Amino acid sequence: MTSKVVTANRLTDGLVVYLGYAGWTEDIHLARRASDDASREELLALAGKAVSDNEVADAWLIDIEAERAVRRRERIRAAGPTVRPDLGHQATRSA
Amino acid sequence: MPLVKNKQITEDSWTHIADAEDLPFDGSVIISADRWLTDRESLVHRNAPVGIRLRNNQSPADVAVDLHRFGVIALEFPAFKDGRAYTQARLLRERYRFEGEVRAFGEVLRDQLLFMQRCGIDAFEIHKREDAEAFEKAIGEITVFYQPAADARTPVSASRVTAVASWAY
Amino acid sequence: MYRYDEFDHKFVAERVSQFRDQVQRRLNGELTEDEFKPLRLMNGLYLQLHAYMLRVAIPYGTLSSRQMRKLAHIARVYDKGYGHFTTRQNIQFNWPKLVDTPDILQELAEVEMHALQTSGNCIRNVTADQYAGVAHDEIDDPRIYAEIIRQWSTLHPEFSFLPRKFKIAVTGAETDRAAVKVHDIGITILINEAGDPGFRIDVGGGLGRTPIVGKTVRDFLPKQDLLTYLEAILRVYNMLGRRDNIYKARIKILVQSEGIERFRELVEMEFALLHGGSLDLPKSEIARIRAYFSPRAYEKLPDQLEEGMEASRADSEFDAWLATNTVPHKVSGYAIVNISLKPVGGIPGDASAEEMEAVADLADRYSYGEIRVTHEQNLTLPDVRQKDLYDLWLSLNISGLATANIGHAGDIIACPGLDYCALANTRSIPVAQNISRRFADMRRQLEIGPLSINISGCINACGHHHIGNIGILGVEKNGEEFYQITLGGRADDNAAIGRIVGPGFAFEEVTDAVETVVNTYLSRRSHENESFVEAYERLGEEPFKEALYAAR
Repeated sequence: MTSKVVTANRLTDGLVVYLGYAGWTEDIHLARRASDDASREELLALAGKAVSDNEVADAWLIDIEAERAVRRRERIRAAGPTVRPDLGHQATRSA
Repeated sequence: MPLVKNKQITEDSWTHIADAEDLPFDGSVIISADRWLTDRESLVHRNAPVGIRLRNNQSPADVAVDLHRFGVIALEFPAFKDGRAYTQARLLRERYRFEGEVRAFGEVLRDQLLFMQRCGIDAFEIHKREDAEAFEKAIGEITVFYQPAADARTPVSASRVTAVASWAY
Repeated sequence: MYRYDEFDHKFVAERVSQFRDQVQRRLNGELTEDEFKPLRLMNGLYLQLHAYMLRVAIPYGTLSSRQMRKLAHIARVYDKGYGHFTTRQNIQFNWPKLVDTPDILQELAEVEMHALQTSGNCIRNVTADQYAGVAHDEIDDPRIYAEIIRQWSTLHPEFSFLPRKFKIAVTGAETDRAAVKVHDIGITILINEAGDPGFRIDVGGGLGRTPIVGKTVRDFLPKQDLLTYLEAILRVYNMLGRRDNIYKARIKILVQSEGIERFRELVEMEFALLHGGSLDLPKSEIARIRAYFSPRAYEKLPDQLEEGMEASRADSEFDAWLATNTVPHKVSGYAIVNISLKPVGGIPGDASAEEMEAVADLADRYSYGEIRVTHEQNLTLPDVRQKDLYDLWLSLNISGLATANIGHAGDIIACPGLDYCALANTRSIPVAQNISRRFADMRRQLEIGPLSINISGCINACGHHHIGNIGILGVEKNGEEFYQITLGGRADDNAAIGRIVGPGFAFEEVTDAVETVVNTYLSRRSHENESFVEAYERLGEEPFKEALYAAR
């Protein structure tokens, strides 16, 4: 089952973040999910506010299925460069 | 919208008139270059000051013969990323020696003001009030220039000659 | 190399201060992302997949050891301990924080560096031949003119909001080592029939979506007219270049749509009006800049590569490295040394802070403190005494920087691709790594001979795949990574755009496909010295197509 989450790059350091239940998180697994139109609208509104509040540079919705992003690009964003397993969120999470 | 001229926010003595609007009997008006070219016959007899708006894909050459009639030429920045008016401004100043006011309108933001001024623009319809207020600061941020333009600032090449010359004594 | 004077120092200091203010205004919301984006791009700051990316300018690829150490320091303190050298002779840092960038720029300014105009719709880093000043076949040092153009183009008020990015390259030799034919403006130094020095100006070359070899707009331009002529070209482009479609906004599109004759007319008309004006380049100014690049006080040394090195040449690894990684220097007793940043299975062009420092130390010890960055993502030490080559090689070896694959199959050029870049469709680095590992055997690489393999992860072609002998372009198909192979590209004076050989290959198939192409060449070449690209030009694509697709 596909749901949507909001992702962005944090303004101050450019790192990949996801809209969680208590602000932004670097862990895609903790992202707030929307599986119907209403909750999707709500997520978009929160994302828009975060952009105008200068928390993030830009924000957009992505598809999640079975605990991971559908698109390869988003999987790479969530984890880090595939050629440097020591960098990106994959490195901090495996700690 | 604030007009900045001579580094300060000033009253705008000109009024933009859209093509669809009737021309007021008097008052200083800025009309489109297209309108000037179409109605030139009658417009040359107008007693009150006239200025024109050039589209940024129009060549100053189109109105070159009448430049001395215009108190102001307004150049458009439809998006701040669209830099064609910089060329138009330089041509007006350096090639056609236009001495009236050259003003920028459209999306005129703080971080483009110095470039505009260097190209010979001397009046600015500035989008945001705080940018208008910061005008003098904005154009003073860089004082070293690497190429000649339409302004009177000395490019580095000339300063360097002077610097060398001064050690010679 | 060029040294900043008081004016240059003042300029970069003001620029840092201006950018600091712009960052502050972004952080406090006074500037929206849309308003800030062109400003940060003009300072080389991108927002990529994982983080911001800062592209630092290395003017025409020339670097001092002091500057290299500062880059290592920045990598260590503000980034994650490494940097990436690019196909335009710049360096990229992949993890700077926006809040730190003013400080990074300040540190760069301390060593006469900046990140100005490495991005955005303005005139970018002017690139030149990495062997400038030291190559045998050089007519004049292209860096002199690259420096003159660099200064003229710095914060040019008329040309900071062009329809699109603008890239200029200068070459000073008979052989084009700066790929001038695929630049927006390509400048070739030459002497005309009357014996006068000047330039040939080519325009409208480029890679990307619509790769094309540039056309000559002026066969001979006297030196003093250089900046005036460039200003004329840029002005025509600024006014007439398309702004409605970013994929049609480069000057190459304008040259194509007008046709070179009409385009030339427009430029020459503008040039005639500007000629003799304030951009006239006096001999004194050229001489003043030339003085920064005057030849060193070289020692008088005999050419000793043939004899006098028997002991070290008995070391066959050293001998192999000599053959692939060194190039004859114009001064007797000296050599040009290339340092490969393509270790087997490594990430092309990446260097750790430790590696950067090692190169800086070696430059101090063996090359008068000077380093070059090539547009093939490697480094060069331009002035090494032949008698020091063995010791240099030993040191390079210890630092893992002695891979002897320059110009051969292992010397792969790859853009960062989908592992880093927000524009990419597919990954490119792992493709390079797989191919590199498949061809790890140096004897095999030598048997194959000169071969360029270029990989781009999207149509923007930052890996310059169009001009690779074997080019690989990643495309996304049904959510999967596919790779198109092109053959026959060349970056030299016979510049050519590679031709797509057929349907693409999946990620798992590409390495085999490349090996098939290479094996086809090996089995069909007329003799050992017929290079891959020569064989392709003679044979055409048929044998390669057949080998790749017959089984399908």
